[in-house]
Amino acid sequence: MITAGLDLGSRTIKLVLFDSGVRSSEVIDSGLKPLDRCRRLLGDKQYDKLVVTGYGRDLVAPELSGATISEISAQAAAVRFLYPDAASVIDIGGQDSKVIRLNEKGGVLKFEMNDRCAAGTGKFLEIMARALELTIDEFARTSLEAKRSVTLNSLCTVFAESEVVSLINKGEDAHAIALGLHQSVVTRVSGMARRVGVTGQVIFAGGGAKNACLVRLLEDKLNLKITVPDDPQITAALGAAIIAANGKNQGE
Amino acid sequence: MTLTANEQMWSELGIDLESHGQLMNALGPIYGEIYLSQKNRPQGMGFYDFVVGDIHGIRVKELREHAKDGGKVVATYCVFVPEEFCWAAGAIPVSLCAGTQFSVPVAEEVLPRNTCALIKSSYGFKLGRLCPYVQVSHLIVGETTCDGKKKMFELLAEQQPVYVMEVPNKRSTAGRALWQQEVRDFKAKIEELTGNEITVENLGEAIKKVNARRREFRRLSALRAADPAPISGKDALLATQVSMYDDVERQTQMITALNDELEERVKKGEGVAPKGAKRILISGSPMAIPNWKLHHIVESSGAIIVGEESCTGSRFYNELIPEGIGNLEDMLTALADRYLKTNCACFTPNTERLDDIIKMARDLKADGIIHYNLQFCHTYANEAVQVDRALAEAGIPLLRVETDYSDEDAGQLKTRIDAFLEML
Repeated sequence: MITAGLDLGSRTIKLVLFDSGVRSSEVIDSGLKPLDRCRRLLGDKQYDKLVVTGYGRDLVAPELSGATISEISAQAAAVRFLYPDAASVIDIGGQDSKVIRLNEKGGVLKFEMNDRCAAGTGKFLEIMARALELTIDEFARTSLEAKRSVTLNSLCTVFAESEVVSLINKGEDAHAIALGLHQSVVTRVSGMARRVGVTGQVIFAGGGAKNACLVRLLEDKLNLKITVPDDPQITAALGAAIIAANGKNQGE
Repeated sequence: MTLTANEQMWSELGIDLESHGQLMNALGPIYGEIYLSQKNRPQGMGFYDFVVGDIHGIRVKELREHAKDGGKVVATYCVFVPEEFCWAAGAIPVSLCAGTQFSVPVAEEVLPRNTCALIKSSYGFKLGRLCPYVQVSHLIVGETTCDGKKKMFELLAEQQPVYVMEVPNKRSTAGRALWQQEVRDFKAKIEELTGNEITVENLGEAIKKVNARRREFRRLSALRAADPAPISGKDALLATQVSMYDDVERQTQMITALNDELEERVKKGEGVAPKGAKRILISGSPMAIPNWKLHHIVESSGAIIVGEESCTGSRFYNELIPEGIGNLEDMLTALADRYLKTNCACFTPNTERLDDIIKMARDLKADGIIHYNLQFCHTYANEAVQVDRALAEAGIPLLRVETDYSDEDAGQLKTRIDAFLEML
């Protein structure tokens, strides 16, 4: 049986086709008409069941005869499939950051998620990269190369942007600012991680895990080893496909 | 332009007709989407649909009629204000408008943004002349359950007479003595306002009336323990919200009829959600009309809300006042003690609330609890840490959410609630 997992994130749409392993995966931008994009993405692909996760799941699932699952359960399912001993998940996405603790069976035991604002998310870093006139890849690289960092006081995206502008105008080094900004996100996420009580093997999933600076800083801050899947961006979609394979029915 | 009878009345009350019209036009579709779309509702909810359909009309008209004959209307914000004195002295207590984002921007012209939505919304209702209940009232009674409200009342007093009751922060001997005196002072205030004396007879009657309504709410709460649940959390919340500004005897009748119907449903095993649907207890900040946001998200996700540990829930009806006391002094003492049992987060310590949450969760067979606090409500937000610990110890799953009346976090809220329901 082939199952499809679709993850409609705030920034990108991810599709995974699953048949006891990842058969194929695709990532495209979300755009303004996510439903149309999903239709095109699924196109003539063959699958028996579909489960949809992510922000737009309730919009898209009924239209495409799929069931829905929250991103949190989806991440848990994927991480457990990829790493049977995993105990915790950190997920930094475009709009949301989450920390999840798994129970012995791989289900969700406890989780925390940011509310309403973009503090500590990919969106925060994207906006800050733009303020420094860097691409997101350059931004991560720049902060990895930094010899020192400046402390940013604000976790609010809009306030932090003002703070960055005033640092630039004080002649502060872009490397140091970039590192300071990454540290801001890590401070926020590690606070969540401590509240949830991350233990055991920790998996860092979601698009944010592609940022090597975030990985290194999180390891330092939490004082533990973090595992990043080969393709961390697609794990929620993979989890949705796994949940479809494990029995969530089409249109349920 | 000709005005409808309601518009004529609102205009006489000084309502900003244009703005108010926008508010009313927004409420209709929201109510339709959230309430009328529910399946298999009890017939007893027909009354509440009718009330909300004319939410600023018929009841306001009754209050005006009462006022025309010299009667007084006393507006309140909080379950600490002893409504029995009002009924005893021939005044009508009503709780005030406060549950919508619509009036928040109006309030933010004056109040700081980082103030809780309940305070901003209620103040905005007065400032924007959007609430006929506040317009028709002769006295607003505030209380010192939180610092934000306390200071808002000072600003509100610039516009309308306000009387503030001091709620102590501790249930100590000194705290109890303070509250006993506050209750007696409030009695004197109501006597002065109405010109009527509060006696053993009329206070005894009032206590019986309000107790009768409380008993029916307790019965409603007990009926919600059934699986399948005979009524949605949204409907039960609405009945509570409406009771806070409607006539006490009428509400007792309405809830009695509703309960009789629900009892039949329970006997037949009928419900509003399938047997085995996830059962959620809501605990935390009050939800004034039309704040149905959290209930709607939870119940749209397939779960059922079986109780509210809140001021628009158990704190409103849980404790009764002893009846049949033969002298006024003892009655006042008993009445004050009853109100002091309200497990508000303004008290330190407030461990009684933790016990209450766990007891409710067990009585109502809740699978999990969602702790709800309005953003910037510091007492409930901080007390949530202890709620979290107590529930972890009791082995009851908890989700903490902090939100306000706006829809900006609807997506994030839904994800967290879905994930919580999936993990139960």
